[in-house]
Amino acid sequence: MDAKLDEIALLNLLRQMDETAFTQLVEKYHSFLIRIARIYVQDPTTAEEVAQEAWLAVLHGLDRFEGRSSLKTWILTILTNKAKTRGQRENRTVSYTEWEESVQSEPTVDPKRFKDPLAHEWANHWASGLEPVSWAGIPEDVSLSQETMNLILKTIDSLPENQRLVITLHDQDELSTQEICNILGISETNQRVLLHRARAKVRQALENYFQLEH
Amino acid sequence: MDVEMTCKELVELVTDYLEGILPADVRTRFENHLAGCDGCTNYLEQMRQTIRLTGQVREENLTPQQREDLLSLFRDWKRN
Repeated sequence: MDAKLDEIALLNLLRQMDETAFTQLVEKYHSFLIRIARIYVQDPTTAEEVAQEAWLAVLHGLDRFEGRSSLKTWILTILTNKAKTRGQRENRTVSYTEWEESVQSEPTVDPKRFKDPLAHEWANHWASGLEPVSWAGIPEDVSLSQETMNLILKTIDSLPENQRLVITLHDQDELSTQEICNILGISETNQRVLLHRARAKVRQALENYFQLEH
Repeated sequence: MDVEMTCKELVELVTDYLEGILPADVRTRFENHLAGCDGCTNYLEQMRQTIRLTGQVREENLTPQQREDLLSLFRDWKRN
């Protein structure tokens, strides 16, 4: 289960031109690459081409890869460079900087769940009966069901684009904050705000659903 | 600066807390609050679980066309 060892083994196979190793790699990362490419190029067909170009560059560059970064980071860098070039050619400039929205203002939990800010005691603490409850008792066949997964997907799909990208890249693709900020050209603070909002909405959707199921 | 943190404040700091970037004094107030508040303890745990579950969602399978294109790309590379 050692990821680093797995990666070395996979690389060795790739260098021997092992087709199964390549298949394994593309199954794992191709959709991810397309997703990143589409940040820079709008057209899905072009994004597909960009990802294919990146794969070819990966294959040609195998002997030069020294393992100083992870394989995933290396592939991502290749893809990003290609997508950027193509995006410039297509005149699509990404300007996610306008995302610096008035960030702190909007609460992520319904204010009605807290006691009145002017209350004499426990102002702004959970109102009784509206506190979050533990999910520990929820059986795995509910929490890990297809229905739960579909709900999460649907909720993520319904998010504003900036939030959707950040939660996907951070919590699903497991990119680092630094990588996400580089790709989207946003500040770390802004990235965290977007992530927080996105997660809070998914949490809310899950809470509603688990309450019904319980 | 020993003002007690409210639940309403705490829920907005959860991501910063989980990312480990809260300033030390805020972090202390956050944890002091948690120690006495089941609602917020549950909220934090729910957020952790939300992150875990989100990480497990995978819908993406390659289409036959994509698979075919990538395989022929690989085979071309291998031949040259």
